[in-house]
Order: sequence, then C-alpha cells, then structure tokens
Amino acid sequence: MDKKKYCIAVTGLNNTDNPGPGVPVVRGLREAESFDVRIIGLVYENLEPGIYMENICDRIYQIPYPSSGADLLIERLEYINSKEHIDILIPNFDAELQSFMKSEKRLLQMGIHTFLPEMQQFEERHKVNLPEYGKKYGFNIPDSLPISSLAEIDKLHERFEYPLLVKGKFYDAYIAYNASQVVGFFNKISSKWGMPIIIQQFVRGTEVNVIALGDGKGNLIGAVPMRKQYITDKGKAWGGITIADNKLLELTHDLIQKTMWRGGMELEMIKTSDGKYFIIEINPRIPAWVYLAVAAGQNMPEALVKMAMGEKVEPFKNYEVGKMFIRYSYDMIGNIAQFEQLSITGEMDGVKSIDN
Amino acid sequence: MKLKSNIAVSESGFMFDAGTGDSYSLNPTSKAIINLLNEGKSEAEIIDFFAKNYDVEKNIFEHNFHDFLSIINSMNLTEEN
Repeated sequence: MDKKKYCIAVTGLNNTDNPGPGVPVVRGLREAESFDVRIIGLVYENLEPGIYMENICDRIYQIPYPSSGADLLIERLEYINSKEHIDILIPNFDAELQSFMKSEKRLLQMGIHTFLPEMQQFEERHKVNLPEYGKKYGFNIPDSLPISSLAEIDKLHERFEYPLLVKGKFYDAYIAYNASQVVGFFNKISSKWGMPIIIQQFVRGTEVNVIALGDGKGNLIGAVPMRKQYITDKGKAWGGITIADNKLLELTHDLIQKTMWRGGMELEMIKTSDGKYFIIEINPRIPAWVYLAVAAGQNMPEALVKMAMGEKVEPFKNYEVGKMFIRYSYDMIGNIAQFEQLSITGEMDGVKSIDN
Repeated sequence: MKLKSNIAVSESGFMFDAGTGDSYSLNPTSKAIINLLNEGKSEAEIIDFFAKNYDVEKNIFEHNFHDFLSIINSMNLTEEN
C-alpha cells in the first residue's frame, strides 16, 4: 500500500551557532516510516543555512517577522497554501509561537493542522511566571525576579546571592558575579529582546535536558534525556549524549500529566549534587537537538505530525542510552542566483543533491 | 563498595556512566581494581590479590587503593553493596 504523503511547512532553518530546530525536525520527518513528505521551508532571513542545504526543503518561502502581526503572517500563508496545500505546520521559534497559536483556527480553516500548546500552557511556563508554575505543580524552581529598570539592580543583593543569572525573556542567559556585570547584561539583552529581564538564582549542579512530547490529554508520548557535552559561548549544546535517568523521566511524566501539555517541549534542569532537580527553563517547542532523540529511537517529529492529523499514537517505550550528537560547521557553496531569487520573489525551490 | 549499576566498563578500559553521560579512561591497574569490585570482592581481598600478583608492596598498594576508592566515590560512581 502506498504511504500517505503530507505537505509539511517548517520554520527555524537557521542552522547557525544558535541553531533552530527546523533542519533536525525535517531530518526526522524525512526518516518517518509511516508517511512521505513534501517539505516547505518558511524563512525570515535569506541566509538561513537550511535554505541552501541539500535535500532539506522542496520549496522555500519567505514569511514576515512575528513583529509584523498575525494578519500579515496569515495573508502570506494563504498565498503559500494556495500553491502548496499545506497539511501541517510546525513552528520552531519561541518568538513566533504566539502568532501561530492565536491563528490556530484560521489555519485549520485553511486546512493547515498544528499541534501546539494552549495559550494558557504557553504563558504559565514563561520564564517570568516560572516560580508560580513551580508552586502550582510542585516542582523545584530557582528563585526568579523579572526586572524592567536599572534602578532595581542595586537591590538584588537583598534577595539573591552572587553569582546570579541574567536572562532575556526569549533567549540569552549570562552569569553575573556583581551588580556592574548585571547592568552590562541588562543593557545587552534588553536591546535585543526587550523587557523584562529575568534575574534567576544560580543553582550549582549539572545541567540536564529532556525533550518531551505530550498529547494534550496528560499522556507523555516520548521523552529522551540528554546531557550537554560541549557547550558554545552562547550556551548552546554543540555535543550531547543520551543518558539513563529514571528520576528525570518520572519528573517529565509528572509535568506532562499535570499540565496536560500538547506538543513538543524541552525541559532544562539542574541536577544538584544531592540529587535534587531544579527546572530552570521550559522551552515550548521541539529543541534543536531533536535529531538525537530520533537517532535514539524516538522519532518525535513523526509522532507530532500523526497527532496533528488526529491519529492515535502509542507512547514510545524506550530509547538508546549513549547515543551522541556532535555538531559541525561546514562551508556550503551557494549561487548568487539562488539568493537573488529568494530576495526578489520571496520563494525558491529547495536544493537537491545530484543523485536525487 | 561497588560500581553503580548503570556504569559500564569495556574491555578496553573505557568506563561510561549512563546516568550522567560522563566517561573515563581506566589504566590497566584501575581497570583490574574495578573488575574485582564488580566481581564482589572485598577491599581486603583486592589488596591481597594485588600484593600477591603485582610487583608492589602491600602497604603502598593499600594506600593508593584507598586514594583510588575515595576518588571514584567522590565522583559519585559507587554505591554500597
């Protein structure tokens, strides 16, 4: 019997030193056993590397930045959909998720399925709200305080011990050892990501992360824990390994069950030397290291697509411990004609290898 | 004392802690000690084994052996029998 073929639109093709999850999501989708795919890359920038990588996208379209508003985005998607008949859309940036969540019904009217968290689920796990989240669901969260003015920095020593973490609302985190460093990071992050800036207690321990997929009914469909082995100066994992940690998996199961999370997520945690786990961040989408989970036996992008299309998905039962990923940088050679086409028309064909 | 159950040691002396993702390279002596610990040998039996089979004085080995145990213990690699 012929496999189904889905047309799937994916964002986050920025495979840079601050990598988006788009390319690894596509790799998982192309390896799906239960369906074939046509991949539509949705890009904000003309130089997102996934545009030029071979056999990632079948067709690429520029879309407007989230700051342009949901209406402009939908208008553009209507045009793209008229050409491509998209079945599923997988957004991969934190900053764009709200626009897509708000547009879920309009997208569905266009025949485009998504599998995203509810707005309330998305909001309550926000960095600013994380301490309340911990109290509500019973998880350890480091003390956090959102600040919006430099004047608040002088009083931080009354509540926090140095070092402490200075974080942006979407991205970026720095360790500050004194108030003047906090000022520097405050200015750096606020100019990029806006307010508020989140001050977080620094918890000593080992960082461990889990990729998880919830079905929105309280069931954990998949979970793979990973320890970063090589971290870039932006704090991104450049290498990592799957680990066996039952307590971490129990915690993930508990969280998905209590919050009824729908979609992919990444839990960032610190494991202290006395075996306690502190949640330091919950990213509301599939992380950039998702292909490690695919390689370890849990093809979460495939499972997510099936759930988006209303299929019943059985939870993954296991994964391979000791699977590693190592990123690398590689110079691809492009052609100005490709760049020209995308710049002028806002769309182009994906790049195929010669043997395809 | 024994190694935690989720720690694997290969023939080449590569030790992998599946719980943390950490890995270690063992030299032949430490690999032999780890293997004996995994076989359930007591500390006294291991000391006797080395004093008998290796070119080392018992008190010198004993001193180094306890250093080694305290190191792997501080690395959280062991648990009580």
